[in-house]
Amino acid sequence: MFANNSNFVQGVDTAFYLIFGVAIFFLVMLTTIMIVFVIKYNKKRHAHAVQIKDSSTLEIVWTTIPIILVLVMFYFGWEGFLPMRRAPKDAMQVKVIAKMWKWTFEYPGMKQSDTLMLPINRAVKMNLFSKDVIHGFSIPSFRVKEDVVPGKNNYTWFEPKIIGNYDLFCSAYCGLSHSYMLALVKIVSQEEFDKWLAGLPVKKAEDNNEGFKILEKNGCFSCHSTDGRKIVGPTFKGLYGSKHDVMTDGVTRNITADSIYIETSIMDPNKDVVVGYPSGVMKSYKGLIRDKDMPKVIDYFKTLK
Amino acid sequence: MSTEYISFLEHQGKYKGIRSWIFATDHKRIAFLYMYAIASFFLIGAILGLLMRIELISPGETIMKPQTYNGLFTVHGIIMIFMVVIPGLSAVFGNFFLPILIGAKDVAFPKLNLFSWWLFMLGSILAVASQLLKSGPPDTGWTFYAPYSTTTGTNVITATTAAFILGFSSILTGLNFIVTVHRMRAPGMKFFNMPLFPWAIYATAWIQLLATPVVGITLIMLIAERLFGIGFFNPDLGGDPVLFQHLFWIYSHPAVYIMILPAMGVITEIIPTFCQKKVYGYKAIAMSSLAIAGVGFLVWGHHMYTSGMSEQARWFFSLLTFLVAVPSAIKVFNWISTMYKGSIDMKPPFLFALFFIFLFMIGGLTGLILGSVATDIQVHDTSFIVAHFHYIIFGGMGFAFFAAIHYWLPKMYGKMYNFTRANIAAVALFIGFNLLYFPQFLIGIQGMPRRYFDYPPRFQWAQITSTIGGFILVSAVILMITNLIIGVRRGAKAPANPWNGTTLEWQIPSPPSLENFDEEPLVKENPYDYK
Ligand code: HEC
Ligand SMILES: [Cu+2]
Ligand SMILES: [Cu+2]
Repeated sequence: MFANNSNFVQGVDTAFYLIFGVAIFFLVMLTTIMIVFVIKYNKKRHAHAVQIKDSSTLEIVWTTIPIILVLVMFYFGWEGFLPMRRAPKDAMQVKVIAKMWKWTFEYPGMKQSDTLMLPINRAVKMNLFSKDVIHGFSIPSFRVKEDVVPGKNNYTWFEPKIIGNYDLFCSAYCGLSHSYMLALVKIVSQEEFDKWLAGLPVKKAEDNNEGFKILEKNGCFSCHSTDGRKIVGPTFKGLYGSKHDVMTDGVTRNITADSIYIETSIMDPNKDVVVGYPSGVMKSYKGLIRDKDMPKVIDYFKTLK
Repeated sequence: MSTEYISFLEHQGKYKGIRSWIFATDHKRIAFLYMYAIASFFLIGAILGLLMRIELISPGETIMKPQTYNGLFTVHGIIMIFMVVIPGLSAVFGNFFLPILIGAKDVAFPKLNLFSWWLFMLGSILAVASQLLKSGPPDTGWTFYAPYSTTTGTNVITATTAAFILGFSSILTGLNFIVTVHRMRAPGMKFFNMPLFPWAIYATAWIQLLATPVVGITLIMLIAERLFGIGFFNPDLGGDPVLFQHLFWIYSHPAVYIMILPAMGVITEIIPTFCQKKVYGYKAIAMSSLAIAGVGFLVWGHHMYTSGMSEQARWFFSLLTFLVAVPSAIKVFNWISTMYKGSIDMKPPFLFALFFIFLFMIGGLTGLILGSVATDIQVHDTSFIVAHFHYIIFGGMGFAFFAAIHYWLPKMYGKMYNFTRANIAAVALFIGFNLLYFPQFLIGIQGMPRRYFDYPPRFQWAQITSTIGGFILVSAVILMITNLIIGVRRGAKAPANPWNGTTLEWQIPSPPSLENFDEEPLVKENPYDYK
């Protein structure tokens, strides 16, 4: 049923087949017995019930057999899983950076890509980092899945076995665009991979603006662009000093985006909601952006003409 | 009969009209209060579910925006879990029948019982309010995972406060039932003379009492983190998000047994009655309830195989999860053996019970996939999970509830419903249910993640099938409820013992009188002694 896309497929699918085999056997057997009883002992055919004594032999048998079966299933499930925790020492290291709602893959040499390009037949260890909430790194065709938990260095590894394109899903619910947090996994030959990696630009030096760094760290740019595009929230481009309509307690009013307004928008985003945008999507950054950093943030806004 | 018989429905108490209900301390009236409230919440939850199904009928935006969808699955979950399935069987049928089945006049603390209902309503109203208040419906999923839940701008505090209050109601009900079983049994009724529904309710009550405080504390911690920035869970504040998951599932896994144990109890009452046979393996069934309740406390980690837990923890939780499956299997064997050489009367309650066994088996057997670490990793957080727990919760608890209402309605109202319509509704429910949830297993194995507003087109065939199933299911629910209402309004008068049952509720008139037993009940050695 499944192709051998990664080194884990066989172990995992063996457990699947075994458990489904047992499950289907019991389901069919018990359902059949039930139907036979219902027909055979229907009161039209069987007017008087025969009272049966409990038999402890029977009870022991049908306790012991399931216990043995579940232990066998447990064993195969465990054996299929254990290799996933045994990443080879010489595996290629890729840093996976998850943030609301985008995957970035960082290869050795500070090279970044939005596509997970990997060479065939080479073990690769994925070091999982989250910048905000919990995400889930899931590639169903490879049978791997591990949560990307902020503050925790989770990892997973695998060895791709077949050239092709695969889906990477975010499996752990992470808010508004959870279902759009996808990436493409491309398995290619070693040569092709080397060529691609050589051509990949080195991560651009961090913008040195203090305010930018604060916003970057807090993940504002997953919802706000600085180039005029509307993502989830309005763009920051030209925001400072502009005039537009907001809803305050259900009343529309026109405001000028000065430093006080911007500060309120960050600390209490549901107070003034920009017309045309949903409320409740942006959280409050109270306590996350310190008061003494606020002027730096405002200064940064001023630069976005 | 020594005193003149007046049914509890006609009995004149201190209050009249609606107040004779909302201030009633009679366990039977309180059961009705719960039933009407829970039935309404169930319909609301079902409609929310149907809206999600319509949205998913095609990839991309169909009838709503992602934020609305995220709010919908959260609200659907909160309503169905905390307001329908957790209280469901024990608050309605536990309240009504636990005292009667053990020969008692009422529960141990009738006023506390009423107070629990009021707490339940207060919590429910808050839960509904969280949907309507200004910042928008909570969008965290019913699991409230941190740190998303500690940072999203929506009404998380209102929703968690609601869950907290609902939890309190559940704790008090549990306490009440435990004391009732210990102190209120009729003279001569020992523990092992009790029917098996009281056994199940008793085991459940212990879980309610011991596990619910954990989720209460967890939710308080979440609220404290949101309000005062105390860093329990958010790593930016020095907290640990996985701690939240542990605390949450320490309650929420046992909560699964709060839902399913009473369901098993109901089925264990229905099968002997319609087979006219002594239940097979009485002691094994009673003990397996306690075993499930006990071991069920130690398996919560199977919800967290992908969270980065240590290998030892994954090992331990996997092994125990497999072992807890055994007592459930034993119950199924016992039910089916009870049918052997019985004299089977295929009435609607029995039909529902058969459907229950089938759906519960699918739910339980697919649970084996989730207990095994390797396979769980593949299907964790996919629609396979959604299918699995709907088979257990809806196919199990839901169908048991339907079985119970068809079984006991004649006793509760003294009226009978139409059998043909009830059977049609049962079959339609069964078909709709399987169409709705079974395809989700298949695409789940292929990786379709849960809580997805949008999805790759290759999964669409299953989504369409499920949506069709959803419509059939909701129509069947409406048909079933209509039939029951017609029965209550205009149905024939039900005799005291319409199914020829042997347990105590069938020895008293339908509906029972205020104090249930106007004469001392006759306690039997074995509650299921069919001759
Ligand atoms: C989850 C998406 C999201 C994130 C993350 C987010 N915002 Fe917002 N933001 C919005 C939305 C949606 C609006 C419009 C609705 C409103 O006003 O609340 C908004 C509005 C604003 C406004 C008002 C804009 C205007 O045109 O008046 C400011 C200023 C702002 N955000 C700043 C920030 C900053 C600074 C951060 C990071 C610290 C941030 N946002 C992070 C979604 C987000
Ligand atoms: Cu996600
Ligand atoms: Cu569980």
